[in-house]
Amino acid sequence: MKAHDETMMLRTPFHSRVAEACEINQWDDWKGYTTPRAYTEVEQEYFAVRSSTGVFDLSPMTKYRITGADAERYLNRVMTRDVSKLKPGRVGYTIWCNDAGQVMDDGTLFHFGAGDYRLCSYTRVMDWLQWSSLGLDVSIEDETADVAALAVQGPTSCAVLKAMGFIGIEELKPFGLTHHAFENTELMISRTGFTGDLGYELWIEPGKAELLWDRLFTAGANLGIHPIGNDALEMLRIEAGFLQAGVDFVPAEETVREGRSRSPFELGLGWLVDLDKGLFNGRRALIEEQRNGSRYGFVFLDVQGNKPAQHSFILKGKREIGSVTSAAWCPTAKSNIAFAQVESQYGRPGEELIAEIYYQRELIWTRLLAKCRVIERPVFSSPKRRQTPAPDF
Amino acid sequence: MTSSSFEVIIVGGGHNGLVCAAYLAKAGHKVLLLERNERVGGAAITREFADGFSVSACAQWLYQFNPTVQADLNLAQHGLQLAARDLDTIALAADGNHVTLSSTTVHGTSVSQQDQLAYSSFTQQMQKFASLLASASERRAPKLLHSNWTDRITLLKLGLGMKMLGKQDMQDLMRIALINIYDVMQENFDNHLLQAALSLDGTLGTHMGPRSPNSVFSFLHRRLGEVFGFNGPAVVKGGMGELSEALAKAAVSYGVELRTLAAVGKINCNADGVTGVTLTSGEIFNTPVVVSNADPKTTFEKLVGLRNIETGVARRVSTIRMKGNVAKLHLALDGLPDFSGLDMLQQGQRLLIAPSMDAMERAFNAAKYGEFSAEPVMDICIPSLHDSSLAPAGKHVLSALVQYAPYDLKAGWAPVRETYTQLLIERLGAYAPNIGARVLATELLTPVSLEREFHLGGGHWHHGEISLDQIMMMRPFPGATQYAMPLAGLYLCGAGAHPGGGVMGLAGRNAANEIISNSKRANTGSIATTKQQEGNS
Repeated sequence: MKAHDETMMLRTPFHSRVAEACEINQWDDWKGYTTPRAYTEVEQEYFAVRSSTGVFDLSPMTKYRITGADAERYLNRVMTRDVSKLKPGRVGYTIWCNDAGQVMDDGTLFHFGAGDYRLCSYTRVMDWLQWSSLGLDVSIEDETADVAALAVQGPTSCAVLKAMGFIGIEELKPFGLTHHAFENTELMISRTGFTGDLGYELWIEPGKAELLWDRLFTAGANLGIHPIGNDALEMLRIEAGFLQAGVDFVPAEETVREGRSRSPFELGLGWLVDLDKGLFNGRRALIEEQRNGSRYGFVFLDVQGNKPAQHSFILKGKREIGSVTSAAWCPTAKSNIAFAQVESQYGRPGEELIAEIYYQRELIWTRLLAKCRVIERPVFSSPKRRQTPAPDF
Repeated sequence: MTSSSFEVIIVGGGHNGLVCAAYLAKAGHKVLLLERNERVGGAAITREFADGFSVSACAQWLYQFNPTVQADLNLAQHGLQLAARDLDTIALAADGNHVTLSSTTVHGTSVSQQDQLAYSSFTQQMQKFASLLASASERRAPKLLHSNWTDRITLLKLGLGMKMLGKQDMQDLMRIALINIYDVMQENFDNHLLQAALSLDGTLGTHMGPRSPNSVFSFLHRRLGEVFGFNGPAVVKGGMGELSEALAKAAVSYGVELRTLAAVGKINCNADGVTGVTLTSGEIFNTPVVVSNADPKTTFEKLVGLRNIETGVARRVSTIRMKGNVAKLHLALDGLPDFSGLDMLQQGQRLLIAPSMDAMERAFNAAKYGEFSAEPVMDICIPSLHDSSLAPAGKHVLSALVQYAPYDLKAGWAPVRETYTQLLIERLGAYAPNIGARVLATELLTPVSLEREFHLGGGHWHHGEISLDQIMMMRPFPGATQYAMPLAGLYLCGAGAHPGGGVMGLAGRNAANEIISNSKRANTGSIATTKQQEGNS
């Protein structure tokens, strides 16, 4: 039993600094932790990430430490991708399914060394992880509260870290991880993020969290550093094309109604499925789905106009063929983007569909039939994201 | 050595494994049956436990063997004979006022006329309910989701069958199916011995007391025997092993290859399904279809390996409830034990020591906390009265099922075996005073020894509790019904599959039918193709 299982509304190790910076005092509940919706102005926070550096407190992210002789085999049973290809010192984006081949969650998997991994997820899945360890020599520990973490994202993020004294950080490749000494402890830095831009995530013991925050903001003072809240991150991730569990799909083991869960193929995540790697949860069902066809397809839509197509129905002609799961006006790409699930026969790139948007102005509802076009890939992708050595700006 | 000339390998030659093998071979499939022990039969076996004294070493009564299986496989021709059948059940009273239950009547000095009348209508009603259950037992359990026409017809028949019971009986069935046998007994009868004798049938071989929910269903399951033509238990001539011998002869006559002392150590599989088996000797057999007669836990945990199956399946397997509570006592006796108030003919019936339902419940209480009951319930058989071949002339064997003796005894069984055996002999002595003096040799099989010798996981006869969450479309677990396991090419044919335990033969027969019809559906008749389809269904 961890603290977050019994108490609601915990505070992250950065809370004193977050609360001080949070001028508008608007808070969200993220798996039991108090997290800011925004600190000042959502757009300002968004642009901090796109033009300088934004800092996001991701301490509430669920974190499991997975260790043991069978750790790799274990993760290969759970994950749809081939974990044996993830080398030590690397991080991988991954999803996992139940036996029915339905997506339970997505997350990042950190490979520290032989038989030593960290899995970061949205859901808390200790029970599933424990069941999955039956017959295998592996131990799973929930270290959510034991590790504080900050995402430092944006074009000047590398420069900020260099200003903190982390020599050579610019050489860290995307999805790489490295360890640095920090105030008599070890700071782990991974080149990962949820924004589609150059960015890092910093992982440290909770006792050193406030110090890390202070040093970071001092170093970034002249590099446009700004804390960002959940609302800005939402815009950023939609622009970058990242799915959010609980929003773009319902974690399979949490669905109540038949047919409400989705497979990797139905979420556009087929590239994370390796049917040739041997047994894994859902393999049987996914082979069958490949043979018989999927029920749904996942599409990025470029929607006409500037009204976000939040919760819209998607029509083909007059027929309803799907609905929107995430939508936002994306300032950098200057496009109105929506993620939608549509019946699988629709959604080929370039296809014209219609979003039935409802919005309200001063109590009056307006229905808008906005044309939209299926686009092949997310609208924002910075070349800096992949550049090594990472640029200062 | 590698051999691949067989289409199907059956792991374990228990009675269901033998039945399944026989049906498959009869339908023209090439079948190899591998048995770990020296002789086939599993829990239906006769064994010498003392010089000149033999006994049915695990199952002791035949009371629900399916007549269709018997006829289909010509078992009479292959040597199956009953030494006695339609025996009465006598609930022993310490004061000698025993109660005798036959199929439809009950008598004894302590039994009121009201109880006699109630017994007659109660058994009639139970017969109706058991018939309904029997019709569902003779075919595969229907799937509720993704069912096909066969399943829908089964469900329809079941629903129609319930409707046809008539309003009163249907209401009664719906009402009692979920409650406990204690309440049902209290509702119907006053006589404590009668109540206890009937409720024993609802709890024997389970981890339930009379007050446990599901004990009514378990009772009805046992009553299947009445539908299959057994008006009381029967004794197989030569012991239960002779039934297995007859099954083995039938199987061999259809072309099954039987190999004993061939212990399967591993069911081999890859991500796509089973590939064969490896014996503990190292010998490998490749085959597209493996049918396990082992219980589902043993099958997945020991033979397949939990690491080789998906998480959801591993989870289901680990949570199957199968806690054995029955020990088996064998006594070699210098002469007939003289149970007080019983003549020789009566001593040949099924004798019960179960003074009252409360006494049974107290005996169960001990098991709940990992202790054996100091006043256990006993189901006693003296088979040598019907079959003189089991003991030297003038001598007898007594075999008794003893409940509650939990598998996971806190103290462990090894240190208490002797004292427990002594306790049981003294318990018998309360009803047959001279028995202690006549004992020549004893054998106690604890649930742990039953597991070791007969490979019953947890020492549980039924390969998993017979309770509403583990029957029909939920046996052995959801997603693994209809005999095909969630690992392509792997089937289950034992008591862990529908319709469950007891020497009945239906699980083996239904499993064979399912494999045969799957191979027909593959349209080539070849089982190898079936596996492909199944892996994808």
